[in-house]
Amino acid sequence: MISITVNGKAHRLDIEPETPLLWVIRDDLGLTGTKFGCGISQCGACTVHLDGEAVRSCGMQVGDAAGKSVTTIEGLSPESRHPVQQAWLAEDVPQCGYCQSGQIMAAVAFLKEHLSPTDADIDANLTNICRCGTYVRIRRAIHRAAALMKN
Amino acid sequence: MNQIVKTSLTRRDFVVASATAAGSLAITVMLPGLAETATIGAQTYGPDASPHDVNAFLAIEPDGSILIRSPHNEMGQGAITALPMIVAEELECDWAKVKVEYASPSRNLREHQVYGNMVTAGSRGVRTSWRFLQQAGASARERLIAAAARRWNVAPGECHAENSKVTHKPSGRSLDYAALAADAASIKLDREPAIRPPDKFKLIGKSLPRLDTPLKINGAAKFAIDTQIPGMVYAAINACPVAGGKLRSVDETPVKGRRGVLQVVKLDDAVAVIADRFWRAKEALALLKPEWDTGAAGKTDSAQFAKMYRDTLNGPMVSARNDGNVDDVFAKRGNIVDSIYEAPYAAHATMEPLNATVRFDGDKLEIWIGTQIPMGALRLAAAASDLKPEQITIHNCFLGGGFGRRGRNDEMRQAILVAKQVAKPVKLVWTREEDMTHDRYRPQAAVRLKAALGSDGMPVAFDARIAVGSIQRSNGMNKVENGLEPQAIEGIANTNYKIPNQRVGCMLKNTHVPVGFWRSVGSSQNAFFMESYVDELAHAAGKDAYQFRRALLAHRPDFIGVLDKIAEKGDWDKPLPAGRGRGIAIHECYGTIVGQVAEVTVSKKGEVRVDRVVAAVDCGHVVNPGIVEAQIEGGIVYGLSAALYGDLTVKDGRIQQANFDEYEMVRLADAPKIEVYLALTGGKKWGGIGEPGTAPTAPAVANAVFAATGTRVRSLPLKNAKLPGAA
Repeated sequence: MISITVNGKAHRLDIEPETPLLWVIRDDLGLTGTKFGCGISQCGACTVHLDGEAVRSCGMQVGDAAGKSVTTIEGLSPESRHPVQQAWLAEDVPQCGYCQSGQIMAAVAFLKEHLSPTDADIDANLTNICRCGTYVRIRRAIHRAAALMKN
Repeated sequence: MNQIVKTSLTRRDFVVASATAAGSLAITVMLPGLAETATIGAQTYGPDASPHDVNAFLAIEPDGSILIRSPHNEMGQGAITALPMIVAEELECDWAKVKVEYASPSRNLREHQVYGNMVTAGSRGVRTSWRFLQQAGASARERLIAAAARRWNVAPGECHAENSKVTHKPSGRSLDYAALAADAASIKLDREPAIRPPDKFKLIGKSLPRLDTPLKINGAAKFAIDTQIPGMVYAAINACPVAGGKLRSVDETPVKGRRGVLQVVKLDDAVAVIADRFWRAKEALALLKPEWDTGAAGKTDSAQFAKMYRDTLNGPMVSARNDGNVDDVFAKRGNIVDSIYEAPYAAHATMEPLNATVRFDGDKLEIWIGTQIPMGALRLAAAASDLKPEQITIHNCFLGGGFGRRGRNDEMRQAILVAKQVAKPVKLVWTREEDMTHDRYRPQAAVRLKAALGSDGMPVAFDARIAVGSIQRSNGMNKVENGLEPQAIEGIANTNYKIPNQRVGCMLKNTHVPVGFWRSVGSSQNAFFMESYVDELAHAAGKDAYQFRRALLAHRPDFIGVLDKIAEKGDWDKPLPAGRGRGIAIHECYGTIVGQVAEVTVSKKGEVRVDRVVAAVDCGHVVNPGIVEAQIEGGIVYGLSAALYGDLTVKDGRIQQANFDEYEMVRLADAPKIEVYLALTGGKKWGGIGEPGTAPTAPAVANAVFAATGTRVRSLPLKNAKLPGAA
């Protein structure tokens, strides 16, 4: 049995410890906002927070998350009020939207470490793939979120 | 009208305005309790008809909400915002109360194509459906007015519709749409009302915020891969790695007794493992060592294909165009530019890997999928299940990217064939590796372009020879007429450059690798060939690449408008330091002209970085400038990934790149600054916008690389080009 806490709720799961956290979140817990994109930690569509840090959940075994606290996009803010979500809304960032849960979770963790990010900081730290090419707006939304978080 | 999109009304402005402008659109999305006030549901489909239908396109619910049914789906291009805007333009309803669902393919079948062909491809949402969407809104509005007039026993002409109300001006009485909807549905009009002319538009032309954004910032939007139905099991599948090959045998022993594994399913050309969790199915599948029958195709590789396409250029061609006498000019002129260009296969790589969920229930079949062609999916499902389309329900979901890939539904056919052998609902998911190695790729191509320049440096004869895979044949579409298909020659045979003698020949040649419709289709590779080559001609003539194009397009003020805009905004005349360069390209497809100026830096190691792309667009009427801007931004990035990195190769008949580590994509750090401008010349057309932004990017960048280095790159991707390092 593996114990993990997801979005504040404790779960005990009878599951192989090597199961990627992604599939536990999606198939066992039914939280489908976290997406499967590549399975090899390349695209970031599966990004969640583990004790507040961004991790690519397709490359993390659930056994390694045992006893830790996982936050998914569904748990970020009950009413989508997080400044990063508000910035995403203001910039109308998403197109197809599939990668955006991961983009937002990556940006939230990034902004905790970079209160006034430069473009170079963004380039160096945010590597999630968006095939719709929303990068121009993602960048703008990150700067907007940083400003919102200061106020 | 020439305006920068960014200065128009966008959600950014709404956010600022929302504090004071109570009742404005922003209020819908900015109120606390956002999830509840999102104007569309997480699920794109619902019951296909409502007791409150005014017509097939819209229902007015008792609570005053307006349900609009979109005949095209949402794959990021903004369809379910832009298309309802067209209905609402005429309906005179409260936009804040608009809800959207996809129109149902089953209802379309029952009601004789009331929603048209429902195809979401070819940048055709607005382009082909604007008229009947406007008509649906106008017809509903006039019926609501007639219903109110009848209730008040007054002349309809004395009544007026606005903001979801009908008002009788002389008496001041008014009724909400919701109170009139039932009567309106039964009204017979003597004639359908005329639709509003563009100069009277009130809603069309505004950058209203996308309706789906609130669902895409919190994980709520439901994609097909998110489908969860009771009793569902999961399938991981591995189709023959050589397209067209067959499954010879597979030893099931390695997966016997594994936890959660329920069954191994064999198809003619694939093997699937069924399990209670996707991960268990995928892990078990990896243990199987299926034997494949790959035939001669299993011995092919990219070098053979490249030689075959190059050799084809020296053989017979089917004539696509022959104006004047090209050979005469070539015999007389000395100044000839003769070049061969090549492009590799390209994968779509939608972020959501292909998947489908199917449930057989007696003589009924339900399918959850993201499809660009729901009517085609119904037919394909009927053939695969031996049911009639009337027995099948397709729940079309949000599409996690389409780009042309979700127009064939290979994954759905497999899911049906698998589910026939499994007594439970099945969700079949392709891994990224399965998705990338079993695509229907942009065709590989080679062209030979030859032109003679006159004494003034302008081309007098142009001869193009095109060798490319047939998309029509590969997809069994059989629209190859006399050896030609539009996808093979578009962007070359119909070039707008005025050259007195022009000849275009084409030879369609397919390998076993399936090819398909890739964002901007033939224009994606042909614009690279043509616009790089025109650049070569300009340099051969000693002319400026922008002015050279301007002279060849002098008869097209719309092209000139776009060229002038990008030259001005892209700082065409301002010099750049060594190691940097600017390139220009312009292309028309799907009724829209897009021009781009790209600025690149080439490092000392010869690595290309695209710093900035300035684009201008003439698409005729603009429904939503914010969405136009986003589509051009996205189209550029899509074109850039393929131009810089897209290197898909074949060995032993198999695609060698299987995931994003081997098939690279542009990421934030590689994404250029992008500026998008409208350069509208007032044309009456309604051009498409999903694809035209992609086509000019590769040539604009390649031309900039030439400006920076003096090296002409004639084969994609650019990462393979041997570039001299910057000085």
